[in-house]
Amino acid sequence: MSSFGEPGGPVRRSGVGEATATGTAALLDSDVRTADVLARHPEDVPPPASFLRRYARHPLAVVGAVVLLILILAAVFAPVLAPADPTPVLTTEVLTEARQGPSWEHPFGTDKLGRDQLSRVLYGLRASLVVGVGVAVLSVVAGVIIGSLAGWRGGWMDSLLMRFTDLFLVIPALVVLLVVANNPDPSFFGLFDLPPATEIPGMVMLLAALGWMPMARIVRGEFLSLRERDYVEAARAAGASDRRIVFTHLLPNTTGPIVVFATLAVGIAILNEAVLSFLGAGLQYPAVSLGQMISDAESTVGTDLAYLILYPGLVLFVLVLAVNLVGDGLRDAIDPHSRG
Amino acid sequence: MWKYVARRALASIPVLLLASVLIFVLVREFGADPARQRCGASRDPVCITRVREQLGLDRTLPVQYVEEMRHFVTGNWGTSLRSDQSVNELIGDALRETAPLAFWSVLLSLGIAVYIGVTSARHPGSVRDHTYTVLAFAGIAMPTFWLGLLVIQAFTYEMQQRLHLSEPFFYSIPNPVGSGALNSFRELALPVLVLSVQLVAGWSRYQRSALIDEMHGDHIRTARAKGLTERRVVWKHGFRGSATSLVTVVAIDAGALIGGVVITERVFSRPGMGTLLLAALRDGDTAVLLPWMLVVGVVVILANLFADVLYAALDPRVRLVTGRAS
Repeated sequence: MSSFGEPGGPVRRSGVGEATATGTAALLDSDVRTADVLARHPEDVPPPASFLRRYARHPLAVVGAVVLLILILAAVFAPVLAPADPTPVLTTEVLTEARQGPSWEHPFGTDKLGRDQLSRVLYGLRASLVVGVGVAVLSVVAGVIIGSLAGWRGGWMDSLLMRFTDLFLVIPALVVLLVVANNPDPSFFGLFDLPPATEIPGMVMLLAALGWMPMARIVRGEFLSLRERDYVEAARAAGASDRRIVFTHLLPNTTGPIVVFATLAVGIAILNEAVLSFLGAGLQYPAVSLGQMISDAESTVGTDLAYLILYPGLVLFVLVLAVNLVGDGLRDAIDPHSRG
Repeated sequence: MWKYVARRALASIPVLLLASVLIFVLVREFGADPARQRCGASRDPVCITRVREQLGLDRTLPVQYVEEMRHFVTGNWGTSLRSDQSVNELIGDALRETAPLAFWSVLLSLGIAVYIGVTSARHPGSVRDHTYTVLAFAGIAMPTFWLGLLVIQAFTYEMQQRLHLSEPFFYSIPNPVGSGALNSFRELALPVLVLSVQLVAGWSRYQRSALIDEMHGDHIRTARAKGLTERRVVWKHGFRGSATSLVTVVAIDAGALIGGVVITERVFSRPGMGTLLLAALRDGDTAVLLPWMLVVGVVVILANLFADVLYAALDPRVRLVTGRAS
């Protein structure tokens, strides 16, 4: 991805960003490069004032933050803002409203079932954000636990956990996603039931299960370098417990890369959910998602009704763009050295 | 050097095998049951049991896996679990369909990405550079399937309406009756465009930073001091150095390209490798899936080896060595 037009961005700044490069690429090529690039990082998280100032230096990052804030507010207040029920009971009244172009009453028009598209887009946005944030949080939690155990303990624990991570990286994610997401009644090898991926919790778990590996590698890399530092040595000499060292010295100094990874993970998860929906394996009724709306309206392409794919796609695109801009801005603000 | 190439190739094989085992188990355990699908809506247990026996699905998973792999190695890949079609033919046909799409997309993307990357790197901070930055961000955030649908709407329906054409110039699905270069162009133009957008976005940013780094080198200062024209300095000395890293990235993205191909073929109804993958996954058809994975895996490995060789050719300092550094 980029520095915002300034010279000398380091080569291949972000594997994560590159994975954003293709929603689908992210699906297949779980990104190994992330670790290498995100892994060189700040000794200290800089004080907040200078952090904000550095962030504000990038106009695109500021625009991204503002747009993202607006979208988040729209999603949070969707029940208030939406003019109609996104999944109404299909009465005659609703059905007579079918296939109306954009108007004051229905700013984004109505679909073939007479459902108000603006309302559906707002709820779809909500689902996208919940999925994105949920996946990012779960991936970070899993990645931090595994990565810090591996990086701090080292030895056989490190080898074991990293082989485990590699195992997940080897699997082509798209294949797994489609197989599992297509299964209406998933269970873990018949041992216990898993939540179906047609609903938000199942989708979040599925995407997180295939997205935590870069985080584990990043955190491990950070810990490996941080644990050799003098101040860690000093803390240990002073008799600090492992737990104290990890939680007060190592983790706080890893905040930067974690935050950057989390932001970019949100964008990747949102795109992946949309792609899955488009391939017929994403969130299903009664859940509304932007990808599902586009998929439902695919047959309108080549007719005058194609506005039905326009709005949900536009919101999806702007959302992912805003998230990526914020992620890039955060990276530069957290680690000023990264732009070389 | 060839020893090195061979060693790299051999090292990738265990990874490929591991992936194939995992996928096999996953699809069998979580995926659709081909026997159930063959028996249709009847769900007749007698039928299902009989078909499972016929297809050999009643054996244990390891036995089935080894059998599939034995088929693959002998070159006779058997028949699809869903349709009894020859897997060799299915994959051969699909490859012939996908090859031109992938080839032209990569070629076009490389050309545009190098142009944009070099232009941006020569004038960092300029209006043009900023514009390209914004465009790259847009390209990266663009959902491929949505872009595909928009492109179809714009270049077939809208264009036909606006220009009052009797039929759309570009095709949104393959045209089976046409032939010749013009027909291929009308068929391939839109999918190639859609597949290229994200490649260009990623690669151009990469070319930009690689060239900026390269231009700080001593050899550039020497070249300028010799009085070479800036154009020559950039292309002969700067670009050549930065091209090595671009080659590596492009090769790494060969794997990632597959995801784009799946979506693009789905949007443009092209019966290629992506469509074949989706069908095999839908049907739980491991008889197609395993050879598919192995063929694609081999192509990706070859692309990476080619990149290594090219890397060494572009940069004489790089020596491909086996074992310890000499």
